[in-house]
Amino acid sequence: MAKPKKKKNQTFTRRDFLKGFGGGAIGAAVTPSLLAQDKSALQTQEGKIPLFTKKQIALTVNEKKFTLIVESGETLLHVLRERLNLTGTKKTCGRGECGGCTVLLNGKPVYSCMYLAVRADNKNITTIEGLAADGKLHPVQQAFIDKDAYQCGFCTPGFIVSSVALLNTNPNPSQEDIKKALSGNLCRCGSYVKIYDAVSAASKSTRRP
Amino acid sequence: MNKFKIAEPQTLEHVTSLSSEDTTYKLMAGGTDLLGEIKDGIIEPEIVVDLLSIPGLSYIKKDRSGVRIGALTSLVEVAESTLIQNEYPALHEAALSVATPQLRNIGTVGGNLCQRPRCWYYRDPQVQCRKKGGSRCFASNGRNKYHAILGGRICHIVHPSDLAPALMVLDAKVTISTPQKDKTVPLVDFFTLPSVNVRRENILAPNELVKEIILPPVKRGEKSTYRKLKERSTWDFALVSAAVKGIVSEGIFNNIKIVLGGVAPIPWRLERAESLIRGRKVRINSVKQAARRALADAQPLKENGYKKELVEAVLSRAVFSLV
Repeated sequence: MAKPKKKKNQTFTRRDFLKGFGGGAIGAAVTPSLLAQDKSALQTQEGKIPLFTKKQIALTVNEKKFTLIVESGETLLHVLRERLNLTGTKKTCGRGECGGCTVLLNGKPVYSCMYLAVRADNKNITTIEGLAADGKLHPVQQAFIDKDAYQCGFCTPGFIVSSVALLNTNPNPSQEDIKKALSGNLCRCGSYVKIYDAVSAASKSTRRP
Repeated sequence: MNKFKIAEPQTLEHVTSLSSEDTTYKLMAGGTDLLGEIKDGIIEPEIVVDLLSIPGLSYIKKDRSGVRIGALTSLVEVAESTLIQNEYPALHEAALSVATPQLRNIGTVGGNLCQRPRCWYYRDPQVQCRKKGGSRCFASNGRNKYHAILGGRICHIVHPSDLAPALMVLDAKVTISTPQKDKTVPLVDFFTLPSVNVRRENILAPNELVKEIILPPVKRGEKSTYRKLKERSTWDFALVSAAVKGIVSEGIFNNIKIVLGGVAPIPWRLERAESLIRGRKVRINSVKQAARRALADAQPLKENGYKKELVEAVLSRAVFSLV
């Protein structure tokens, strides 16, 4: 199958975008005229469905609102790391198996490498950078430090985000609950025992009497 | 990923009125399998049709005819539904056994049933196997540890869905949106063997899609379970799995239905074992023997003969959990 040819008039690149808007604070200054909407449409008997290769989305990341134009094949992970400079979320396997890219999407853990950015429109995202508040680490982050729950540390953000998702819905998890909640995260160094200890310790420190 | 365009249809009719001859588009539900195929380079669609833009297809509803599950209901919603847990434990256990929390939050019921096989020859972009339009099945004489022991013949994939055996044992029906009227078929008629069409695993044309799953009301005293054996217990596809439903009293199954996963290109009903178990006091040896006799015509490949023994084990565990 032939790959669709890139349209000649699409001169607006991600790099220009980052240069123009300074990478982080991407505001509403982006006008729809920049959208370079693909004109073609998918013909059905019920009418035409417009096709696009770029789309403007508005999303909330760590309680900050962003409006930006994303490409059809761009993942949420790519937007977070390359467009918003939130590099705490890791790209590791890139195929939805290891959990290094785990973020909270409307409060639920998902693999941001297997989630198209266009779908993040109007969604609320929390990344590892959004967990600490008022200069204080999240109890799970503190517990990972206290329990020495990592070696190389590359999987750590994903593990912490999955753990936070667990404790948000189940403040008093059993060891089995913890294992199940973290089943979608891999640690190649094999720090699992200490990771489970850390989550258990965090649950005790956050539990209300 | 290849450069694809995205279409966001607003209605099912938008999708079903697409051309069935057009090979440039692919339908995407949760996308956790489709995006994997695109990333791996085994498909290069020009257009991805995002079904999640169609409203109203995510629900679990109970009425007199049973329970209806919308095709775009996420796996986590099925796994966490107390209605499903109480009345259809096999489906609850199957949904909970799919992949990981991150994937269950995104993956859908319809997508789980329509996911493509995990055969490593199919998933290898360098290999042009029969399923991808080539002329041979590389698993038949190649590495075939995870492949089919039944029903393969020209293509030895196993169906990867956990929900499929569970839903089939529960006598689920599936409503399909087609270019004509919607049609409802028993799930057993939904999946197709490679000998029917080696390029696909079910009866859907490119412009047809699963709209709803219908579960019949549970009969009095009916119990069900789904058991799955994996090489890696934390998260894996099934080596073999067993969905069992029946009515048991005093250690005797008055009726029993068994559907296996991981052994064939479709969920595999084990009628012979059912008739050997039904009406007699269940004992570990009799269940194992029933499994052995039911698999007498299995044709394991060079590396997957062990699956016959795993069937004995998984069936015993499933059957005894209901006694």
